[in-house]
Amino acid sequence: MLKRLFIALFALTLAGPAMAAGGDVELQKRDWSFSGPFGTFDKAAMQRGFQAYREVCAGCHGMKLIAFRNFADLGYNNDEIKAIAAEYEVQDGPNDDGEMFMRPGIAADRIPSPYANDNAARASNNGALPPDLSLIAKARGNGPDYLFSLLAGYKDAPEGMTVPDGMYYNAAYPGHLIAMPQPLYGQDVTYSGDADDSIEGISNDLVQFLMWAAEPKMEVRKRIGVAAVFFLGIFVMVSYMAKRRVWADVH
Amino acid sequence: MSATQFKSPVVRWIDHRLPVFSMLHHTAHDYPTPKNLNYMWNFGSLAGLSLAIMIVTGIVLAMSYTAHVDYAFDSVERIMRDVNHGWMIRYIHMNTASFFFIVVYLHMFRGLYYGSYKAPRELLWMLGVVIFLLMMATAFMGYVLPWGQMSFWGATVITNLFSAIPYVGESIVTLLWGGFSVDNATLNRFFSLHYLMPFIIAGVVVLHIVALHRFGSNNPIGIDTKGPQDTISFHPYYTIKDVFGIAVFLLLLAMAVFFFPNAMGHPDNYIPADALQTPAHIVPEWYFLPFYAILRAVPDKLGGVLLMFGAIAVLFVLPWLDRSPVRSARFRPLFRIFFWLFFVNAIALGYLGGKPAEGIYVILSRVATAWYFLHFLAILPLLSMFETTKPLPKSISEPVLGSSGRTA
Repeated sequence: MLKRLFIALFALTLAGPAMAAGGDVELQKRDWSFSGPFGTFDKAAMQRGFQAYREVCAGCHGMKLIAFRNFADLGYNNDEIKAIAAEYEVQDGPNDDGEMFMRPGIAADRIPSPYANDNAARASNNGALPPDLSLIAKARGNGPDYLFSLLAGYKDAPEGMTVPDGMYYNAAYPGHLIAMPQPLYGQDVTYSGDADDSIEGISNDLVQFLMWAAEPKMEVRKRIGVAAVFFLGIFVMVSYMAKRRVWADVH
Repeated sequence: MSATQFKSPVVRWIDHRLPVFSMLHHTAHDYPTPKNLNYMWNFGSLAGLSLAIMIVTGIVLAMSYTAHVDYAFDSVERIMRDVNHGWMIRYIHMNTASFFFIVVYLHMFRGLYYGSYKAPRELLWMLGVVIFLLMMATAFMGYVLPWGQMSFWGATVITNLFSAIPYVGESIVTLLWGGFSVDNATLNRFFSLHYLMPFIIAGVVVLHIVALHRFGSNNPIGIDTKGPQDTISFHPYYTIKDVFGIAVFLLLLAMAVFFFPNAMGHPDNYIPADALQTPAHIVPEWYFLPFYAILRAVPDKLGGVLLMFGAIAVLFVLPWLDRSPVRSARFRPLFRIFFWLFFVNAIALGYLGGKPAEGIYVILSRVATAWYFLHFLAILPLLSMFETTKPLPKSISEPVLGSSGRTA
């Protein structure tokens, strides 16, 4: 209880004003493989996360900033990427007759969104707009923890709280009333191998995938960062020694 | 200057016709600088470096950025994903903006503590305030360019402030927007001005330095240099000291850029701008929060706007509010206490600016705002009349040589 309180407080101070609206949101703080200065993505989890996105989320949520060619980051080779892209139908055109046409996707295409436009998305979802997920892990305070907590946060509403039609109670959602029905129940996806397909397992995979989608250059960024900090650390020492030597006759 | 002799005949030939080498030599080498400057005097060169980093990264970013409401957000993401090392250039630009303000705030507090704004450096100080104002305008417009939710709503809130001006307010807002709401015309003119203003800042920085070189740096003792025994040449002493400062600055900047690039940003700005959906809390960038707190502390819109601009305007007249002939806080025991109170109060204002404007936060904001103005308009003038200052040392070299514990 105390720990949870501490975590909530910590989350609030970190996210500051952004999360203030939520008030009593419950965030589960988890150790992610990509946290910290040496953190990296878990490729196997990201591949499973993409599978889960495709089978569970993609019906409503687009990821329009992600191209199939980016999946090289998940550990797929060129042939696998071409095969994945070809499973999608992509609109192209106009052709020589001036008509738009559908064709199988290629590596350079971006993931097609489920709806033609925001209005179509709202019309199919009770007026609510399912956000594009390309940047979602960066567009929420404590993104990874928040997304994990949200996916696992569906519960019965507390005593005395009325949940309107078409809304659902979620412990992690600011205001607690969310228009997205519970997406995960466990065993929603058939993983090859014996990966964890509980709600927590799939959520973990999805967060890995979504964090990569939001920040695809994270690994190279941290790698350069380690080298830069190492170099600049030496620069600090050398310049300090030089300063001491130059100033020796003034003191 | 004419006495300067260069070894290289080529340099001598050029310098005879175009005395740039003499000028450089005069600014960097001959320029006598007090020997007792502490590390608080490092932030001027760091601010200059920040400006240079901002201009260089900004020019590169502009090569891939599209100033159009339909494309701006995606063009920034394209920089982050597809442009070679675009993510690095953008994160450097984003984080250096914050570091620029950190450095400039420290630079200003240094000036406040050691009385660097007093005669004969009033214009030097005022030019600094001009730079600060231009920086705020530039940073505000730069934050609008990614066209995220905070960009859009920040622009809406801040531009709307001008509508509080009687009679011409609405016209000014329309002029700023280039239409009747924050839209494509707004984004375009903000991009244009965001590109222009750093160069104006660079121009004012030149004036700032010219004014600085007229009387030289103030120093921690706050008394004038009395002769060569009090000064050392800028090069190599302060150039190497500045290099060390730059190394530390770059190390901290690299840590932010590579490990916490979004820590000083707002998550909502990764949501594309949506004119139909207001964020739960619209907050400006952290470096505006103290002024935002002052704005919101006043229940009246025009009053809030006036106080917010007044908070900066009061800095312009500071040299005439604090009339004490003693510059440095070291010899002003009461001023020193009030300086630190002011410092804590300024931090408190920043904290309050980030909180929702409700309940206890409003009351605290009002108290802190009142204290901010009280400090400048009442405490400083009264102190300069009634404070008993400590005796000043005869010269800089005396305390530097006299006390063993103090390093220069």
